[in-house]
Amino acid sequence: MKEAYKDRIELLQGTLDLMILQALRGGPLHGFGISNVIRIRSRDAFQVPTGSLYPALHRLERRRWIASSWEMAKDRNREFKFYRLTPAGKKQLAAEESKWRQLADAIARMMHPAEEV
Amino acid sequence: MSQREKRESDLERELRDHLELEEERQRDAGVSEQDAPYAARQDFGNLTRIKEATRDMWAGQFFERLGQDVRFGFRMLWRSPGFSLLAILCLTLGIGANAAVFSWIEGILFRPFPAVAHQENLFALTGTTRSEPGRDDVSWPDFNDLRKNSTLFDSFIADKIMGTTLSIGGRAERATGSIVSANYFDALRVHPILGRGFAPGEDSGRNAHPVTVISYQAWKERFQGDPGIIGKTQRLNGVQHTIIGVAPEGFYGTFVGWAMQFWVPASMEETFESGGYKLEDRGARWIEGFVRLKPGVTAEQAQQEISAVAKRLEADYPATNRGRGIKLWPLSETPFNGAHTLGPTLRIILAVAVFVLLISCANVGNLLLVRSFARRHEMTVRVAVGAGRPRLLRQLLTEGLILSGIAAISGLVVANWCRNALVLFFPLRGGLRVYLTAQMDGRVLALSAGVCLIATLLFALVPAIHTSKIDLAAALRSEMSGVVGGHGKSTIRSSLVLIQVALSFVLLVAAGLLLRSLQGMQSESPGFSTQGVLTTAVDLFGAGYEPQRAKNFQDELVDRVKSLPGVESAAFARFTPLSLRSPSSAPIGVDGYVPPPDEQPTVEYNEVGPGYFETMGIPLVSGREFTRDDVETSPLVAVVNEMMVAKYWHGKDPVGERLQVKGRWMQVVGVARVSKYLSTRELPTPFFYVPLRQNFSSQSSLNIRTSLSPETMAQELAREVHAMDAGLAMYEVITMQEAVNRATSAQQAAVTLLGIFGGLAVLLAAIGLYGVMSYSVSQSKRELGLRMALGAGTSDVMRRVLSRGLTLTAVGIAVGAAAALGLTRLMGDLLYKVKPRDPLAFGSAFVLMMIASLAACFLPAWRAARTDPMRALRED
Repeated sequence: MKEAYKDRIELLQGTLDLMILQALRGGPLHGFGISNVIRIRSRDAFQVPTGSLYPALHRLERRRWIASSWEMAKDRNREFKFYRLTPAGKKQLAAEESKWRQLADAIARMMHPAEEV
Repeated sequence: MSQREKRESDLERELRDHLELEEERQRDAGVSEQDAPYAARQDFGNLTRIKEATRDMWAGQFFERLGQDVRFGFRMLWRSPGFSLLAILCLTLGIGANAAVFSWIEGILFRPFPAVAHQENLFALTGTTRSEPGRDDVSWPDFNDLRKNSTLFDSFIADKIMGTTLSIGGRAERATGSIVSANYFDALRVHPILGRGFAPGEDSGRNAHPVTVISYQAWKERFQGDPGIIGKTQRLNGVQHTIIGVAPEGFYGTFVGWAMQFWVPASMEETFESGGYKLEDRGARWIEGFVRLKPGVTAEQAQQEISAVAKRLEADYPATNRGRGIKLWPLSETPFNGAHTLGPTLRIILAVAVFVLLISCANVGNLLLVRSFARRHEMTVRVAVGAGRPRLLRQLLTEGLILSGIAAISGLVVANWCRNALVLFFPLRGGLRVYLTAQMDGRVLALSAGVCLIATLLFALVPAIHTSKIDLAAALRSEMSGVVGGHGKSTIRSSLVLIQVALSFVLLVAAGLLLRSLQGMQSESPGFSTQGVLTTAVDLFGAGYEPQRAKNFQDELVDRVKSLPGVESAAFARFTPLSLRSPSSAPIGVDGYVPPPDEQPTVEYNEVGPGYFETMGIPLVSGREFTRDDVETSPLVAVVNEMMVAKYWHGKDPVGERLQVKGRWMQVVGVARVSKYLSTRELPTPFFYVPLRQNFSSQSSLNIRTSLSPETMAQELAREVHAMDAGLAMYEVITMQEAVNRATSAQQAAVTLLGIFGGLAVLLAAIGLYGVMSYSVSQSKRELGLRMALGAGTSDVMRRVLSRGLTLTAVGIAVGAAAALGLTRLMGDLLYKVKPRDPLAFGSAFVLMMIASLAACFLPAWRAARTDPMRALRED
């Protein structure tokens, strides 16, 4: 079991926020759903600890980047707490994304100076 | 459901859902039915901690948590009232002492004039003499030139304290007032509650404006709050003055230490100052001043400008201003009033208060440690159920803050009671009102709050050091074993006691040094007799006597007093040594003595009557003293002291030589021993005497050599004086010993306060030591029991315990002694003829500390010796 996690990457500070917002872009999700999406999309590279996920969700909600409500789940007959992006959250996501891209580009240039044109 | 409860249950549900879904996922991934919940839990983590971390993100959570902590803290303190009370008492002492000293320093040094706005812009102004340390007064023409020629100053204020006779009806009383420049009230921004302040120009013209502003106190007490007081007249020093204003309540003038009862403009100087009309005399220096800087001007800029002006005055008027400068002083260093006398004392007391605070923090830290032992189970359980370490620390800090908060409030109450405590050390002196009040303003409160916070950090975190060592497994396994940080804790406790002993030792040494120098000052001969000599005054100047009438009066009074039974001799003198008045001073010249360029030798002197040296018991080394034959018409004569002989005549007997004083040549007829003049701590200083008749002043003191008591003398004297003139006010009659004691009241205050604080510190340290010793005895009962079972006697056990306690004390003393050696040097100003390393002071501090610690260890040792070996071994 431990073997399966050996390619996991430690989360960078602030990266978790970005990933949560990104996960919610596809529509409302509950907490477990968000951690699932992150794990699957990163192909098991990121396993978000519950102890980080929920504080982050509540923090983002307090900043009004996401909103929550108890809603019926489609696949089963009971309510879950769903989170969804707010307009402010979308704006924040766009900003974070472009910042992230700049950072990624910069790191890529650092790593592969030859490819520079 | 309240919003908080809803939020709480939502969180609970949300996390349970997550756990459920996780279980499902594990099963789908092929984990067995029984293992799935376990695996999910494993992945999920500690539920309580996740909740805790999530709640931290909620708005308003900080205050909610604080509320919880505070409530819990109060509950804990309430549960052990003995501990809480002792801790609060200790801290009240520490914080209260600091708050009291802060408020004294604020009220005496930094904001001494409560009714005056923007005191931070006020500076004291004095003259200086090149090559001579200290300060000088300023002359009126110089004062006006400084004002006219400088640009960085909002205002210049002249102020000269003086005493006078205030006659109301047939009654004559002494009163203290000030001669001030006309802008005085405007510049200080103090607005009279009745009438007006002085108008521009009222400070010029010889005796041109006999007007006065009286204090609120004088208005209430002497004039019964008469609402129609404005325009009425009052005789001051024999001259009718029109009362033009009443100062507001709470304004006491600008002389730290004394409350003024009235103010007159500088134009009336001649009426109140002996020595004639001085407003046009650049050489007559008599003003003590203040300046108010324009906003934004720094003290350095102001000093630069005023020095430049003084330099120009020096060039323009070399005859009077050669070697003279002007200096600005921060209010807290004002050299001419109580700030100067009390400054060093207050500095020492501040250091002492900080020491007491540290000692009480150490004590409370110790108490908390004992209690944290009692609470170890609670703490362990809280850690086990998931309380994070930060949360525990916050809880400890909150409890500490509650303790020190309560202590700070009660400390401020205590400090407020002590507002006027300093006055106790400076008893009323005939007619003068002592005014030394603490100032409890925002700055003092803020500083006290800061002290309270620092104290909390100091003591509240002591148990935290130990809490962080909690070994969960071990502690839960057996709460009876008492191993929780057991060893580490006793080290912390011992070092806390060590600190207390060391600090108290430093305080004891300091108290001892001060006591020794005070004794030295009071017992050392000041160069005149302190026994059998009384001093008093008869203010003929204030009563409006012409010089000739005053001379006749003085001669007749001396004759009458001398003929009283029990009186040996009596003599008038303008200046009484160690009194509040200052001696005259004059530029001098001596044949054959060439002063360095740019320097005008100036020496202080006293105008004394015939028989003065005999009366005061000042020995003459050579020549003769003044007699009744030294009158206005006979040749001018002078008596110089030995220091003058050494400096100006190179030690050769000058009797028969000439001395030039203010341009007049006098013949030296005698040489007197050096005595103390201005202060008991002064070094031997040049000084000379001239006959009162040849340099007359009707404001003179009367000194009497007699075996009579001051009380008897006062009655006899009042009868003689009133037989000659019923309208004269009498001054109090005191012994010269009393005069010496009064001159050392600042030292007395320091000794008393240091004694009180030192005693408290030793008491606190003894309590701390007692606590540590009884704890360690109770912890080692088994060991002691074993020893006794194996044949150790009671005295062996007692010796063991005592020697442990005394070793702790000895190490503390060693540390304290090392610190004291470094610190006592800072007391230089207050010490007199005692070395900072005085063995007697160190020795007695050592003995005291040892006795205190013996007393503290005795009870635990005795208890240890009575241990019943069988029971001790059976326990546990």
